[in-house]
Amino acid sequence: MDINFVIEKFLLVTILFAITLLIAMYSTYAERKVAAFLQDRLGPDRAGPFGIFQPLADGLKMFMKEEIIPTNASKWLFMVGPGLAMLCACIGTAVIPWGQDLNVGGRIIPLQVTDINVGVLYLFGVVSLGVYGVMIGGWASNNKYSLLSAIRAACQNISYEVAMGLSIIALLLLTNTLSLREIVEQQHGWRWNVLYQPLGFLIFMICSFAETNRAPFDLPECETELIGGYHTEYSSMKLGFYLFAEYINMFVSSAVMATLYFGGYNYPGMDWVAAHVGPIAGPLIGTAVLFFKIFMFIFFFMWVRWTIPRFRYDQLMNLGWKGLIPLAIANIIITGIVIAVVNKF
Amino acid sequence: MESLSNKKKVLEQKPLNFAERMYLPAIVKGLGTTMSHFFKKSSTIKYPEQEREFSINWRGMHSLKRDEEGKERCTACGLCALSCPAEAITMIAAERKPEEKDLYREEKYAAVYEINMLRCIFCGLCEEACPKEAIYLDGPIVPSDYLRKDFIYGKDKLVEAPLEK
Repeated sequence: MDINFVIEKFLLVTILFAITLLIAMYSTYAERKVAAFLQDRLGPDRAGPFGIFQPLADGLKMFMKEEIIPTNASKWLFMVGPGLAMLCACIGTAVIPWGQDLNVGGRIIPLQVTDINVGVLYLFGVVSLGVYGVMIGGWASNNKYSLLSAIRAACQNISYEVAMGLSIIALLLLTNTLSLREIVEQQHGWRWNVLYQPLGFLIFMICSFAETNRAPFDLPECETELIGGYHTEYSSMKLGFYLFAEYINMFVSSAVMATLYFGGYNYPGMDWVAAHVGPIAGPLIGTAVLFFKIFMFIFFFMWVRWTIPRFRYDQLMNLGWKGLIPLAIANIIITGIVIAVVNKF
Repeated sequence: MESLSNKKKVLEQKPLNFAERMYLPAIVKGLGTTMSHFFKKSSTIKYPEQEREFSINWRGMHSLKRDEEGKERCTACGLCALSCPAEAITMIAAERKPEEKDLYREEKYAAVYEINMLRCIFCGLCEEACPKEAIYLDGPIVPSDYLRKDFIYGKDKLVEAPLEK
């Protein structure tokens, strides 16, 4: 292992981390702006031009707030909770391929932190670990509302992970690989997986909404029933971490959806573009396209949030177990039959 | 039982059909509705920079009027204070000296005239009670402040600017 490898990975990780935090920061701003526009309002516009410094002001406010740890809380776990939520949210970006290999002076630099051959499994592991942050925080608060919310979050994540996994299996039947890099490479140009797996994508998307605790599945933090949900007792930057982790999760699941189903950094006519703009600009345009797709997904997340009312708990469970899981299984069977028939003839 | 008024409407709650149970058609329709609002003009008025036009019968901050020659109309009769349901108005009357003849219209005038803007309910009864047409609620919105004492407006804030000769 040479030193250049270490340096370029270190740089990549740092840049990714910075970008993730930046996007999460501005997601809070975008969320408020989108909400405002959807409701014929203007949204935050006081801090700086068009209110673009609003996230900074919010961050400053979070840092300045008094930090309260309830007397009867389990102190150690109370502090671990937000950290764990943040950690699990951040490490998901490691396996996502952000662009084609860069060729800098004969040296090939992959725009992916690590291309492990079970990338999809890794993502699932990380996403399911995310709920521990919520559970630990909810339990350690020693508050009934927080505990109820933590239980809800755990139930919801477990239920929807099943359907999510099943919808992915149909995709894996098509791609024959668990490596995200290879999955993206197979979708070169226009051959995006969503064209072959529309139902699978729909199920996957609905499940990502549930996994990220976003509306209409934001039962764990519904203000009307559970005050603030699992972060009722949190204040200051610990609360900030939870809110931040939610936005990072949204970014990561948007990236995963774009990668698995919408061709990642692939776009129609990419070969023509790459031949005309050179070996460095070509992959970077691909990366920009990937980010564009991610932003579209983030916008969609927000658009849905401000449209659909929250599901009731029994409706949530009905939809998950009686709706999505049978559909996902049917999707696997149909995909399997079609693949078998196509391979035969 | 039979309805006497014939206004009774029986609502039946049908179980959801398959398409409705899928939620998706309704969700897509809802997304369309919200998206149509995305491109609508916002109805916000950016208040400190932009002000909305008041209606013609708007009642805002009080002003004590002057007559055509620039003399204060108020004669400190106290009818406004008496009519005020919130007891927001107080005044102290004084007698006009000969050299103050072009300052005040009548021989008696209000040396001190105070309205407590925290008490005032902007009902406009003072305006109606005034026999001299001296007080009108035709000003802007009363600005906010930090201290209670700063909400007691004296003549310095209430009296109209003197006429320009």
